[in-house]
Amino acid sequence: MNPIRNISRRTFVKSVGLASGGLILACNTSVFSDKETAGEKELASFNPNLFVQLNADGSLILIASRSEMGNGVRTSLTSIIADEMDADWTKVIVKQAVGDVKYGDQNTDGSRSVLYLYEPMRKMGAMARAMLIAAAAQSWKVPVAECTAENHHVLHKSGKKIAYGDLVEIAKTLKVPTELTYKNPKDFKYIGKKLRGVDIEEYANGSAIFGLDKRLPNMKFAAMQRCPVAFGTVKSFDKTAALKIPGVIDVIEIPRIEKPFGTLGGIAVIASNTWAAFKGKEALKIEWNYGDNASYDSEKYMKLLTENVHKQGKVGKDVGNVNKAFKNAHKIVESTYQLPHLAHAPMEVPNAVAWVQGDSCEVWAPTQDPQTARKEVSDYLGTPEEKVTINVTFLGGGFGRKSKPDYVVEAVVISKAMKAPVQVVWTREDDIKHGYYHTVSSQYLKASLDKKGNVTGWLNRFALPSIASTFSPGVDYPAGFEISSAANVPFDIKNMKVEVGQSPAYVRIGWLRSVINIPHGFSQNVFADELAVAAGKDPLEFRLNLIGKDRMEETEDPIKYNTARLKNVLKMAAKNANWGKPLPEGHAYGLSVHYSFYSYVASVVEISMIDNKLKVHNVYTVIDCGQTVNRDTIKAQMEGAAIFGMSLAFYGKITAKNGAIEQSNYSDYKMIRMNQIPKVHVEIVESTEIPTGVGEPGVPVIAPAIVNAIFKLTGKRYYNLPLSDYGLV
Amino acid sequence: MITLQINGEKHKIDVAPEMPLLWAIRDIVGLTGTKYGCGIGVCGSCKVLLDDSPVQSCLIPVSAAEGKNIVTIEGVSENLQLLQASWLALNVPQCGFCQPGQLIAATALLDKNSDPTDDEINEAMIGNICRCGTYQRIKSAIHRTVELKKQGQS
Repeated sequence: MNPIRNISRRTFVKSVGLASGGLILACNTSVFSDKETAGEKELASFNPNLFVQLNADGSLILIASRSEMGNGVRTSLTSIIADEMDADWTKVIVKQAVGDVKYGDQNTDGSRSVLYLYEPMRKMGAMARAMLIAAAAQSWKVPVAECTAENHHVLHKSGKKIAYGDLVEIAKTLKVPTELTYKNPKDFKYIGKKLRGVDIEEYANGSAIFGLDKRLPNMKFAAMQRCPVAFGTVKSFDKTAALKIPGVIDVIEIPRIEKPFGTLGGIAVIASNTWAAFKGKEALKIEWNYGDNASYDSEKYMKLLTENVHKQGKVGKDVGNVNKAFKNAHKIVESTYQLPHLAHAPMEVPNAVAWVQGDSCEVWAPTQDPQTARKEVSDYLGTPEEKVTINVTFLGGGFGRKSKPDYVVEAVVISKAMKAPVQVVWTREDDIKHGYYHTVSSQYLKASLDKKGNVTGWLNRFALPSIASTFSPGVDYPAGFEISSAANVPFDIKNMKVEVGQSPAYVRIGWLRSVINIPHGFSQNVFADELAVAAGKDPLEFRLNLIGKDRMEETEDPIKYNTARLKNVLKMAAKNANWGKPLPEGHAYGLSVHYSFYSYVASVVEISMIDNKLKVHNVYTVIDCGQTVNRDTIKAQMEGAAIFGMSLAFYGKITAKNGAIEQSNYSDYKMIRMNQIPKVHVEIVESTEIPTGVGEPGVPVIAPAIVNAIFKLTGKRYYNLPLSDYGLV
Repeated sequence: MITLQINGEKHKIDVAPEMPLLWAIRDIVGLTGTKYGCGIGVCGSCKVLLDDSPVQSCLIPVSAAEGKNIVTIEGVSENLQLLQASWLALNVPQCGFCQPGQLIAATALLDKNSDPTDDEINEAMIGNICRCGTYQRIKSAIHRTVELKKQGQS
């Protein structure tokens, strides 16, 4: 057993801002409202903290405070509690938390659920275990030190044994201990092992309730027509035809709420079923005021961005003297990379059910961020947050889209107007055309090599509309967090400069799985490959040399990165792929390595080209994300990230013309399908470092590795995505 | 009135004959396991078996489904249940949303072909998108189901 006070990570948890005090409430306060426990009143229970409810029958309810969207978080977070509590996993029932600050930060975003909650969840489990042991000791009248916990029982050294459920009555009378001890990691039963997802069965039999599946008595269905141009408004509309559609109940105008997560506004059709709402929406005749963003034209905009990176920009980092390095260069390499907007396109479209009754409101929504949803609803209704309940359903994918609750506010606006429970459902076309798009970028990289092929200078100048523009309209340069993954590139180069170019936003810009690491991971990894070619060196050897000697990189972040771990994942991926060994005729490898969300990921891909058509055969991914919780989830996330990365490399492209998004559905915003998949081989580094990101860091390495492999095979370098633009897929 | 036979049960519903089967199943009959993903028949989330053939229920008007035997993810079929067991064994789903459609497509495949090759699996599953990228496990789970069936027969 390790005393908690000696765990250094505790300091870390504080430093990243988790209000751990907010997670621990007094003993014996029920986690559940009276309404929720009405049916189980007779069942005595022990609630040592907000996350644990042990019932007298031994069943154990554990709270998942983060949203389940395929990230496996309901399994991983609760298994941490169960392990530290020495609970029997088969007795665990996972219950989803509503949106409430008492649970700490619930924003399931940024690949940080386990990073932030590993320590607090262990504490919740350790607290429950300590109290159960104390309860047993009290009942047996023996010293606590003579008792241990094991698999849902407390044991005494004499051989006596009592089940957790039988200790509920005593445990609930005890005080929360002030000092706790953690298990020795070598005794973990669930942490760092493979657990089946707790919700898998419901997913496979169709009973899982996603937002779209929520039903309430007398619930109406609503669909909305929004302006094709971002932030355009309704000039006039004619609802006659829509009202004639059988099932259509009403047509109302929804104002725009000028907030980052406010409604876009438009015309809502309310009906007795989804199809009637969709039909009614099609039948609307609307005239719009398109507004300033109607000038947005993706082709022209890319030219502008590229002009802006081909001239001096604002300086984001300047170390050494890049100009001098360039002047003294043996060789100069320069390239420009252009990547388009992307849409999240989760399989489940944005949707929400809201029921406004008087000054109260209850919502059921697939949301990554129920606290922000709660705040937005409370602001809109002008009612205190206590009057707003946000129930988190399963999310049919999120990828960042569902941390932006504009669709929740829409449901609330319509429910209030209709005085009825309402489910607002976006069509797939709405989802593709009215998103919070991943940024569009142009990046110019220039480097100098000396005679030995060492990189002496590195300039990275990029322009991309910033996520910050969504929060502060008018922002027209990349923000600090968008510069950092270019500025903190882990290469051992003496002279380095990062500049940013002007890049105004014409649509809502949002974060999408791995965010800024998509453009930076692409340009850095492709450019490094080009430098290896220019230096006449093997890309693996060149890259290891470029990363340089083992060191901890100093960044402003509380977590420093370690170049030894970065090189290690690259070496392991190369080894797993048999890098350097001959491949079948017509096949080639490409490699890529990237640090993001505090995790280290490398991928080697094996491709072939037949009749100029690209085929990815194998992906060898290695991740070092520190201490693991559920290894099968990590493996699954890497498998999925390879496909997500391939989809954006092959097809991902959202464009605007006259301010309107040109794509509409999976027919023209395509995804990788079964016949295109490679075999994805995943290895996870064994580590006792702090647990870091898993959901996102597998994505950025895929596209550049593919582009590097194509070069190796064909000698042709592709600088822009998607590859479908070149006819390769 | 239109009568739909879903999972062996008859449902009399009063809807327009052109209402897509998907919305009749979800909003009128109330079985929500069948999902809306695209509405234009390109993602497979809404697949159901219609007289044993996999169809995208977002494209089929209810009038065309009348008198036919409809099986959804909530239904019973030998291959569906065996596949579901493999889905669990291999921890296939991530977000889970597309999985009913995937399972229906895989069921239709095994109903017609007891030992599909990789290419035949690709052919049968190409119409089903999984944004989480669970394809590799889906394929493994289909192979596993076939193998277990073979062992059971020997």
